[in-house]
Amino acid sequence: MKITDDSPPVLTALDRPNSYIGRSVPRPNLKRLTQGRGQYVSDVALPRMAHVAFVRSPHAHARIVSIATEAAKKSRGVIAVVTGAELAKVMTPWVGVLTHLKGLKSAPQYAIAVERACWQGEAVCAVVARTRAEAEDGCELVDVTYEPLPAVVDPETALDPGTPVIHPSIVDNLCFERKLDVGAVDKAFAESDAVVETTFVCGRHTGVTNEPRACVADWNEGEQRMTVYHGTQAPHMMQDLFAKHLGLVHTQVRVLTKDVGGSFGIKVHTYADEMATVALSKLLKRPVKFVADRLESFVTDIHARDHRIKAKIGVKNDGTITAFEIDDLTGIGPYSVYPRTSGIEANQVVNLVGGPYTCPNYRAQARVVFTNKNVMCQYRAVGHPIAVAVTEGLVEQAAAKIGMDPLELRRRNLIADDAYPTQSAAGLKFEKLSHHEALAHLDSMMNYAGLRAEQARYRAQGIHRGIGFASFIEVTNPSAAFYGVGGARITSQDGATVKLDAQGAVVVQTGVTEQGQGAEAVVAQCVASSFGVPIDKVRVITGDTDNTPYGGGTWASRAAGIGGEASWQAGKALRANVLAVAGAMLQAKPEDLDIRNGVVVDKATGNERLPLEELARVAYFRPDTLPAGIQAELMVTRHYVPRAWPFAFTNGIQASYLEVDTDTGFVKLLKHWCVEDCGTIINPQLVDEQIRGGVVQGIGAALFEQCLYDERGQMLNGTMADYLVPMAVEMPDIECGHVVSPTADSELGAKGAGEAGTAGAPASVMNAINDALRPLGAATLTDMPFTPEKILRALGKV
Amino acid sequence: MSDTALDITLTVNGETVSERVDARKTLVDFLREDLALTGSHVGCEHGVCGTCTVRVNGDIVRGCLMLAVQCDGATVETVEGLSDSGEIADLQAAFEQRNALQCGYCTPGMLATAQDLLKRAQASRQVPSRDEIREHLSGNYCRCTGYHAIVDAVEAVALARVGGEQ
Repeated sequence: MKITDDSPPVLTALDRPNSYIGRSVPRPNLKRLTQGRGQYVSDVALPRMAHVAFVRSPHAHARIVSIATEAAKKSRGVIAVVTGAELAKVMTPWVGVLTHLKGLKSAPQYAIAVERACWQGEAVCAVVARTRAEAEDGCELVDVTYEPLPAVVDPETALDPGTPVIHPSIVDNLCFERKLDVGAVDKAFAESDAVVETTFVCGRHTGVTNEPRACVADWNEGEQRMTVYHGTQAPHMMQDLFAKHLGLVHTQVRVLTKDVGGSFGIKVHTYADEMATVALSKLLKRPVKFVADRLESFVTDIHARDHRIKAKIGVKNDGTITAFEIDDLTGIGPYSVYPRTSGIEANQVVNLVGGPYTCPNYRAQARVVFTNKNVMCQYRAVGHPIAVAVTEGLVEQAAAKIGMDPLELRRRNLIADDAYPTQSAAGLKFEKLSHHEALAHLDSMMNYAGLRAEQARYRAQGIHRGIGFASFIEVTNPSAAFYGVGGARITSQDGATVKLDAQGAVVVQTGVTEQGQGAEAVVAQCVASSFGVPIDKVRVITGDTDNTPYGGGTWASRAAGIGGEASWQAGKALRANVLAVAGAMLQAKPEDLDIRNGVVVDKATGNERLPLEELARVAYFRPDTLPAGIQAELMVTRHYVPRAWPFAFTNGIQASYLEVDTDTGFVKLLKHWCVEDCGTIINPQLVDEQIRGGVVQGIGAALFEQCLYDERGQMLNGTMADYLVPMAVEMPDIECGHVVSPTADSELGAKGAGEAGTAGAPASVMNAINDALRPLGAATLTDMPFTPEKILRALGKV
Repeated sequence: MSDTALDITLTVNGETVSERVDARKTLVDFLREDLALTGSHVGCEHGVCGTCTVRVNGDIVRGCLMLAVQCDGATVETVEGLSDSGEIADLQAAFEQRNALQCGYCTPGMLATAQDLLKRAQASRQVPSRDEIREHLSGNYCRCTGYHAIVDAVEAVALARVGGEQ
């Protein structure tokens, strides 16, 4: 394949003379990474730095009777052995609740378990030593006496009267419950020509970031300050939490985030072992490093998507969808994760089911229950893959039942492209979506009719191929409606500070963070465009709470849409300030001047008037030569938060084409398509790569990934040899297409693109498998991941 | 326990290195901790993810499945060496241009593995198919890209290198 590195821009008001908006400029930080010269937290080494390893509970639920630490303390290289009770004197516990999820409850969680361990893998004792290996040696010598307690492992029975209550202080094992009943659901089902009722299961899975979670905490007793090098998505949120639970103020805590080896929502939560590491540094007055090993990652990185959804759809013979109904049950582990809570995922499922369609009748129930497994929380595309699998699985089963083409059934039910603004049955507010245009684009991009013909030809030869679709909506650019209104100190606004340096280049500091998605490139593009310099004159600084505007970081597909807009506005403001100085120097009206390609020019003619470097020289070194009353302000900050809409919804549709080997149950993915609408596209290449990466993460959920637990709450496959992730050979090429419906909430008009791929991929793969197997009379598959065994069972072959 | 330490001498990125190492220490930990060559990363520590892939005596190996003491007398090349020598400059440029990396954590191992395939392609004067590229890279886990861009980049370099010789 030939690499092309640019797409022709489709521009509007953003089309400044040297605009980078809509161009696939390479990310500025890539050379460092391709040469192995990045700096991940795993790489950080500080003077006097010690390493911590944790003794972790082998039981899903157990009382900690005693911890004997003497032998470990004598082990070579060991500096300290610290129990939960000892650490609790330094760090207070936390409770993961949000007031806008009414009734959500949880129990206090400690950095290291005190009295009870509530899941296999929970830390019960810390060993700090000169090296990680010596710390692990010490862990082997810590003698913990446990009294095993009954473990709650099955969400289905977690609320039964006979099931033990995990936290007696909170009455029962119900964390959160939500019910919704809109329209006339029973009447709609009664008037349907066909009703499909089924149960979907999404396998509990996890993020498997390539770099495990890592932090280095450095308490400086002399400064009374904590510096935390942290592989996180949200440095300011972590600054607040570290300060709060150590009894410090924000100015005493600096969080530094350099390169992060993959995040995907895994690294946006409070982890007990990371909190413990920070507390240990304060306790020991020296730097302490924690890097999870892979086994620790599997039993402590948040899990997600462990849902069982009973679901029902009604449809008329003309294809009209009459009603959706779901009953969602999810087991989230023993604690609601702090501070985002573990109620959001189920809440999202309730919000999103049926979201692309006009159907006004919708009933939903979701129950979130405590179990003695690892905790679950928000992971890339939170709730979307589940809701889309349910909705789109129902839609394609309904289409099959009434004998209608699945795309045609969608055409008859998707919200019309001219119906906006509007809202869904669940009450989601949509500014502007493009379901029909996206569907039409996909139809032609994949040559649907031709593919159906090809499928039929292969079918005649006994080769069983399937085509499956998934329309979807996606939450992006969240306002304070997501967390702030519920009392969480997680900011939805973000900021950018831009400075003209003394050589006429621009330095940008921003609160959004780089997790590899290309946030730094997007910020540079926005500033270069709105200010008017070549992009190589822009340097972006992220991930430092001492040196960036207060911001939320990276989550919920917000960095480009929110951080990009703040950067765009900051660049504009700096341009105005620079032109005020230029006007004074050139005796011209600032409004008659512009900055293009790093030079102040006459706006009308484009004639060069003054290089920025010369302006900076005068402003910084010879301000005495400027007219009286002219003070150059060459550093400005702008912030942005969406206000008109609680979320900028995006939409799209995916298709999967695959072949099922009916003898082995193996699925071969042949091709995947995704058309999505993220509004203004700042960098087409980065958007496409977000889509592709997201699709493959969703395919992992559909075909491979599941955290398996036994009846005692023991995770059975906590290694990468046993927990399967997508590798190159199994993955298809992925073709991306776009529709552009900018949001009017910002000047840039960009919405998020980070999660669309993950949202729709599992459903499209599921539908394609069922499309391949339906003519064979196979049972419909709805229990992800679709392993060869499940496929052979559906075919009745095993 | 780490009571046993051994003296080893090896060549790392062209430099002779003599160190005393714990017998239990893996090659990748030795490279990262003793030599501060942090370009080689640790992902799973049990030989599955390929993040720690380095070259030993010309062959790509998992740095987590080989002990440092096994490398006494060996020639080891890491991403730092491959970068500084210019051997993979075209491959790195293709990765950058095609955005074939996001977080970059798998990239040093991915580049070493891809270069192994590309060298074979040059030797045989055969441009590998996309399926062959995917097969060869299947011991290297990337969570970010979905692999498509990596395959594009490797394919482009294969065409340039082999095509250029034909």
